Amino acid sequence: MADAAVERETGSTMAGLRAAWPICLGYFPIGLSLGVLAQKSGLAPWQVAAMSLIVFAGGSQFIAVAMLQTKASPPAIVATTFMVNLRHLLMSSSLSLHLGGAGRRFLALFAYGVTDESFAVNIARFGSGNWSRRSALVLNQAANATWFVSTVTGSFCGQFIPAGSFGIDYALTAMFICLLTFQLKNRLFVATALTSATLSVLLYLALPGNAYIIAASCLAATAGFVIKRRLAARGKP
Amino acid sequence: MTPRDYLLLMAAMGAATYLPRMIPLLLLSRRRLPAWFAEWLELVPPAILGALIAPTLFAREMPRTLTMGKAELVAAIPTLLFALKYRSLAGTVIVGMLVYWGVTSLK
Repeated sequence: MADAAVERETGSTMAGLRAAWPICLGYFPIGLSLGVLAQKSGLAPWQVAAMSLIVFAGGSQFIAVAMLQTKASPPAIVATTFMVNLRHLLMSSSLSLHLGGAGRRFLALFAYGVTDESFAVNIARFGSGNWSRRSALVLNQAANATWFVSTVTGSFCGQFIPAGSFGIDYALTAMFICLLTFQLKNRLFVATALTSATLSVLLYLALPGNAYIIAASCLAATAGFVIKRRLAARGKP
Repeated sequence: MTPRDYLLLMAAMGAATYLPRMIPLLLLSRRRLPAWFAEWLELVPPAILGALIAPTLFAREMPRTLTMGKAELVAAIPTLLFALKYRSLAGTVIVGMLVYWGVTSLK
């Protein structure tokens, strides 16, 4: 009995690690470049380490480094960080559909690792049915660890590493494209994704910052929902 | 900025990133959601993925402009076809990287 349980745990840990590799591959060049930028703007390696550990948010960290360099006020930095990461509110809400009955401790730990990338992979795996909470948590932690190591490495010796080759800069985009195809379960999902893609480009051009992600996603999901209800009311599947 | 001030700033930034991630999980996972809200949330993942990808493919930054000529867009076509045909995440990531590498080296 105990052996079987241990085996199952090892199995889901390995599954989490295996699923994490595209994220880790994509994080590495981005983390390195953040480390290099931070070092050039005068942050010490321990400061980079503290930021990656405590804040853990790629986009906000780039912005924070730039704002620190221009001596922006701390409240402005915190407010910007908050706005940039507000989209995770939507991702966590969506993930909660698959985490019914999970303990508070698990959720508190899991929340720390919710990023665009871990969300996209975890939601696809949960959707396919064959995905344990433990695997999802391991995936989050593996991505966190890669981010931490790559940013700190960048702050020490990033300038000696040649800029991205082998198309590594495209790893995350390719991953998102594939995960999007996993989401296209029927015409309604395709319509929702296309609506969101169109709206996001328009809003990206119209609004500053990255409010476009949350705005386009909410509008497109609502449009999809309205269409679904209308069709249901007409008696079509 | 003193080390103490820096750590205080990190703590505040940490709270600003952690709370939006945690609050929905704690509030929503432990209860039954109304049917309409669950249906709406099901449509959120394709919407988010569409919104994350599209500007990378169709827009330039600084200044933000619409474009049809990015290497990211050219590489996205074979990447998308491969993903639709083989449904393999690992394969798609590798194909995408190689195609993008090829396209950017040609430019």
